[in-house]
Amino acid sequence: MDWAAFALSMQLGVATLAILLPLSLALGRTLAVHRFAGRGVVEALVALPLVLPPTVLGFYLLQVFSSRSVVGQVFASLSGHALAFSFEGLVLASVLVNLPFAVQPIQRAFESVPADIREAAACCGMSPWRSLLTVELPLAWPGVVTAAILAFAHTLGEFGVVLMVGGNIPAETRTLSIAIYDRLQAFDDRAAGVMAATLLLLALITLAVTNALSRRVILRRD
Amino acid sequence: MTDRRLSVSLRQSGPIPLDVEFACDSGEVLAIFGPSGSGKTTILRTIAGLYRPSHARVRSGSEVWTDTTSGVFTPPYRRAVGLVFQEYALFPHLTATSNVIAALGHQPRTERHSRAQQLLTRVHLSDQVNRRPHELSGGERQRVALARALAREPAVLLLDEPFAAVDRPTRRRMQDEIDDLRRTLDMPLVIVTHDFGDVVRLSSHLLILEKGRTIASGALAELTSRADLSWLREAVGLGSVFDAVVGTTHRSRGLIELRFDGGSLLAADRTLPQGASVRLRVPAREVILATKPPEGLSLHNVLVGTVSAIHTDPAFDHVIVQLSVGRVLLLAEVTRDAVSSLRIESGMRLHALIKSVSIEVLSAHGRDETN
Repeated sequence: MDWAAFALSMQLGVATLAILLPLSLALGRTLAVHRFAGRGVVEALVALPLVLPPTVLGFYLLQVFSSRSVVGQVFASLSGHALAFSFEGLVLASVLVNLPFAVQPIQRAFESVPADIREAAACCGMSPWRSLLTVELPLAWPGVVTAAILAFAHTLGEFGVVLMVGGNIPAETRTLSIAIYDRLQAFDDRAAGVMAATLLLLALITLAVTNALSRRVILRRD
Repeated sequence: MTDRRLSVSLRQSGPIPLDVEFACDSGEVLAIFGPSGSGKTTILRTIAGLYRPSHARVRSGSEVWTDTTSGVFTPPYRRAVGLVFQEYALFPHLTATSNVIAALGHQPRTERHSRAQQLLTRVHLSDQVNRRPHELSGGERQRVALARALAREPAVLLLDEPFAAVDRPTRRRMQDEIDDLRRTLDMPLVIVTHDFGDVVRLSSHLLILEKGRTIASGALAELTSRADLSWLREAVGLGSVFDAVVGTTHRSRGLIELRFDGGSLLAADRTLPQGASVRLRVPAREVILATKPPEGLSLHNVLVGTVSAIHTDPAFDHVIVQLSVGRVLLLAEVTRDAVSSLRIESGMRLHALIKSVSIEVLSAHGRDETN
């Protein structure tokens, strides 16, 4: 078991969620509640990582991360190192890859809150923020938790994009799924097996929890 | 008393066509009546700020809430509006009490709970307060919605089809309760409904709406006694609505005397106590006209009045005769033949014959609902 890789995967999961969740809440609620021009385009862009091969996504991310691009240059001047093959680059890539896994459940959850309930909150004198905190989020939270769990689990398992933009640098970009591949290449089947079992267990727990939560959403709609 | 007059003027050609203008003063109950799809709910939503028509002006007292000309728009949460939604729209995850507390954000935190209890008691709901909406009956949900709408201390109370989701007996009971409640409220009340029973029972003023346009509007007694309102005749049948007080009661005969501004009528009723104020509707089809006082009839009610208007409609075989009896205007629907053979004309003195069982008595107080 590569504990450094395990720790890195966990860190990546947490860092991804820290950026992804607020972003997905804003995006998911906007897509659920508002009708605006270009809404379909935004939805398609969010869903893109679901159908795009990880290598294609990784390729374009590397282009953006490179020191020749504006993003790469700004990051390098701020942090002193390149975005490609760094933990920060990995977090950014992971956020993008996980966008559909987080935005879609959150959007569905907000869509399931009836419009008249939202309007009633406004008519009760609640500001949009207070309405979000006391009415909408309490009704939509199973969707938000599902999104968080799915995105976290998916971050742990992501392989293609991580390998493309992060490579295989111990304690910097070598996550658990990369470590499995790495160990297998070195004919260390035992270590690969332990780590694979760890990820399998996490995946099973994820499915159990998200299933229970989605049943809760359905029950609540009665 | 603060000026809480609500004045509304809306105009747009689509997607929902609208062309209405009205005002409602504090203490008045304006019923917006019309078929479904006529834009009634859209008017309420515009007052609340939930809908923005292309041309609109909404004023509550001295505050302008919407004015598309000058670009003024107050968001719903800053408008002192109490809106009872058609399906109540209670917060499903909160108890009855918490639903009311949710609208008490303007009150100090420590006082919200007791204030919510007071409001729930006021709408006659004090024992189910810790239940969530799905554990409450339709009538109870409506009471919670009403308490929540009042919690904000609104400058205007809006009710959207308030009885559409409850059964008949509950409907009648809730009508009585809302009627009791509105007497204690110092604000304009606007009710949207497609049930004329609600209009007659609760409103002081009426606005008839069709496809977003005003067909007629004015005081209820005035509109219901107009001889020329063909729309109303076709939709619900004509019949004057006016208020009366119960005089002598004749329990053994099953009759009560109803005194109104200009005379008295006997109606069939066993339950109303003396002194109760009631609202009457006398259907125009049930009124018979005679030039001489009749004799030998099994009839109690013969009112004497003068013809104040006659309305003939080429598309309609009957004639509507308006008779003024004291300050009340009665309508009678008779055949053209009757009008010509009796030579009925304006200013003529006539006797109106009304069967006591055909008078619709809508109680305000004191009716024993178990009967």
